[in-house]
Amino acid sequence: MFATDLALATPLLILAGAALFLLVLGAFLPRPERVVGLGAMAALAASAVAAVVGPQGQAFSGALTADAASVFAQVVICLGSLVSIPLGQAWFARRGIRHFEFPVLVLLAALGMAMMAGAGDLLSLYIGVELQSLALYVMAALQRDDAKASEAGLKYFVLGALSSGLLLYGASLVYGFSGAIRFDAIAAAVQGEAGTGVLFGLVFMICGLAFKVSAAPFHMWTPDVYEGAPTPVVAFFAGAPKLAAMLLFARVLAEAFPLAADQWRQVLILIALASVAVGALAGLAQTNLKRLWAYSSIANVGYAVLGLAAGTAQGVQAMLVFMALYSVSVIGFFACLAALSRNGRPLETLEDMAGLFQQRPWLSLALTIFALSGLGLPPFAGFWGKYYVFMAAVNAGDPVLLWSAVAALVGSVIAAFYYLRLVKVMWFDPAPGETDRPPLEAGAIAVGAAAFTFPVVLGLMPLIDRYAAAAAAALGLG
Amino acid sequence: MTGILSLITFAPAIGAALILALRAGRPASPKGDDLARWIAFGTSLVTLGLSVLLTLRFDPANPGFQFVEDIPWFAGLHYRMGVDGISVLFVLLTAFLTPLCIAASWKSVEQRVTSYMVAFLLLEALVIGVFCALDLVLFYVFFEFGLAPMFLIIGIWGGKRRVYAAFKFFLYTLLGSVLMLAAVLAMIGVSGTSSIPDLMAFRFEPWMQTWLWLAFFASFAVKMPMWPVHTWLPDAHVEAPTAGSVILAGILLKMGGYGFLRFSLPMFPDASQAFAPLVFALSAIAIVYTSLVAFRQTDIKKLIAYSSVAHMGFVTMGIFSFDVVGVQGAIFQMLSHGIISGALFLCVGVVYDRMHTREIAFYGGLVKRMPVYAAIFLLFTMGNVGLPGTSGFVGEIMTLTGVYFSSTWTALAATTGVILSAVYALTLYRRVIFGEMTNPALADITDVNLREILIFAPLVVATLWLGFQPGLVFNITASSVDGLLDAFRTAVGK
Repeated sequence: MFATDLALATPLLILAGAALFLLVLGAFLPRPERVVGLGAMAALAASAVAAVVGPQGQAFSGALTADAASVFAQVVICLGSLVSIPLGQAWFARRGIRHFEFPVLVLLAALGMAMMAGAGDLLSLYIGVELQSLALYVMAALQRDDAKASEAGLKYFVLGALSSGLLLYGASLVYGFSGAIRFDAIAAAVQGEAGTGVLFGLVFMICGLAFKVSAAPFHMWTPDVYEGAPTPVVAFFAGAPKLAAMLLFARVLAEAFPLAADQWRQVLILIALASVAVGALAGLAQTNLKRLWAYSSIANVGYAVLGLAAGTAQGVQAMLVFMALYSVSVIGFFACLAALSRNGRPLETLEDMAGLFQQRPWLSLALTIFALSGLGLPPFAGFWGKYYVFMAAVNAGDPVLLWSAVAALVGSVIAAFYYLRLVKVMWFDPAPGETDRPPLEAGAIAVGAAAFTFPVVLGLMPLIDRYAAAAAAALGLG
Repeated sequence: MTGILSLITFAPAIGAALILALRAGRPASPKGDDLARWIAFGTSLVTLGLSVLLTLRFDPANPGFQFVEDIPWFAGLHYRMGVDGISVLFVLLTAFLTPLCIAASWKSVEQRVTSYMVAFLLLEALVIGVFCALDLVLFYVFFEFGLAPMFLIIGIWGGKRRVYAAFKFFLYTLLGSVLMLAAVLAMIGVSGTSSIPDLMAFRFEPWMQTWLWLAFFASFAVKMPMWPVHTWLPDAHVEAPTAGSVILAGILLKMGGYGFLRFSLPMFPDASQAFAPLVFALSAIAIVYTSLVAFRQTDIKKLIAYSSVAHMGFVTMGIFSFDVVGVQGAIFQMLSHGIISGALFLCVGVVYDRMHTREIAFYGGLVKRMPVYAAIFLLFTMGNVGLPGTSGFVGEIMTLTGVYFSSTWTALAATTGVILSAVYALTLYRRVIFGEMTNPALADITDVNLREILIFAPLVVATLWLGFQPGLVFNITASSVDGLLDAFRTAVGK
């Protein structure tokens, strides 16, 4: 029995073991960055492989689930974490920061995300969220001599702690009123419409999770943290952690409260529309690209939540496809920012990008692709994500949801203005000066992610479609 | 012959990729620019050759879709291509105009030639894709993606207010298209298929048709453009480079009319029937109002842009007459307008390249220095007016005849448009070409050179040929139009 549990938890154990081992190893080696970095990357790759080939089922009396959904998330998490390591290490090294802890923190965050993706009860849910969040707080403040980065880390920590409190309070209420911590047991105890107490707890949990995915009205921390934190760290935490948190979101709703769908749907629609509106409108006023992309991420999470609000397997599939495609392009976007500088100063504002096309055609082509993908222009990845979400909203057969989807579509036209402005600045305006030669690893990751966003995605969609459908089916919604 | 449509669609894209691979990231040099030009020109000629082959092999007796390709994709979508009598000529028109545009930009575009050629070829590929796509989502992909290269063409190589015009163009059309996307999703959700031929046979509930029709109308009316959502067009035209205007007027506007024929009529027949008076009213207003506006313009390009809106009014009117003559005339008018308005924009480009202004008041008496140019400009002005013997006449008389039986008042209003078009077009011609040459800056202006004559020659031939032998077009479109209208009449029970 215990052996089966361990077999099911292998992908997590690989990450945990590697993190601890590399931490100890790093303390003893004279120049550990390279070894630790490579070791962490190997561990992430091994964990992804282990998840794909490993058995599926419930481990530790239902505390941990390994199913198609967790495997889907695990692959995205590991890939996202894997590319962040060389990106971050090289970036920090250029600034004279040689902490070997960066890869270890990535591993720990990935472990937290993997737990979130496979959580089967309220305890593992909370432990997963906390493990991931704590690792991310430290990473945000890793550039500790930089006032902005420290501020970002502190803000992230304080507000994140608040949201963890909300989550925990909600979880305790749910436990108190249902008497169960396992998701399936909660579902069995609630039976039909949730009573006031459980509902209260559920709303608190939704608030806590909305905080983690930075959905409005719990989004306030996002622009500040994105702006202050080191660029490669933002690349890391803007992508995979959001997918993990969204899957956790879906799991809680689908496995613990499947019959209360009509009740949580209202909350989700509200969150989704608020996010799309905030992301589109507040983004118009931004000049800093990191802040701009923070608002863009708020809007994007809004679309993902809209998919979830459908409350169907198709909706969950839409959310997974959306988040997976979004993760790639957001990593690529921040890799572009990490690659670009002028006289050693990173390019972060819209004006900085002026005339970029003439100097860095490939990187600005990549940025153009990410901008057009964010805008939702076909055939880029962002369009297909939205296509799935809206298709799910239409098929759910709820008129409120249908009109919300139309409203969200109109929101995307408003947001189009700021995405286009980035394209405009890069292509139409004259350049103020030469840019520095971009570092190889950041440039390669950026161009690779852009190639995925278009045209590779057109060939991969059948594959992504199939795995996301299997993942959504595992959550057991109709 | 299966696969020829994909070949025609993606040949320009392959040319674009080739240019990008050879030239991206290298500093601009005259040799490299010439290489990009020649690759682009060669690719567009290959595409033209393939399109001619396609048209020759096309079986006019078959009303259905031909050269169909169908590959399952994902989530129930298919990569499905095919042409019928309505779309095949638009493919040919696109392939015909693109090499001329590239040739016309040979000397006038000197900045960032590589990007220009890539954007142009990409645009050609996407437009051809729009006319060939037989899957609703695939159609939407081609339809929307085309905004990106056009945005760059206007924004980079345009005139002074190019940024404003590019944003206006993009956001206007995007707003129209997202409403269409919502309708596309609803259609797939209800019918369970995204195949255009299947959807043509599917009957939506009348109340749903109303909504779907309006959503598609939002998109196509902006593209067309119809009054009152035409205001982006004059801005876009004035700021776009010459070749951009040619493509915009010649081809991109036709996507709206094509959309009405491909989607609105066959898929939402009841709603089309119900909304026909609205379309008639908007068309009549467009024809009269924009003709009057055109008369007041001081910028040559803006004048032609407004005249385009007026001519598109004939197209929408003809389509919604639901009459064989009217619909045939509308298709013919689109093809003819593609050639004539494209040629007129090229005519403007000739003097703009020399003098760098499009103010009507700047010119005058050009006939003394540029006799050949004056003759060419005269032919296309007459075509624009609708003189018998040019292709412009055929489209106008047929759409008017078609509409006469369904709405005499609309036909009456539209006929005044024919007179008004003579007023503004001939006034323009008189002020630019005739009169005394008072402006000393014009003293050294040179007549059209060999390259320009070679560009105009095919357009002159096409205008006259179609003017004298319109049957060439009707042979190809007849059976598909008959099929379309038969299905329509059955659906609305007439």
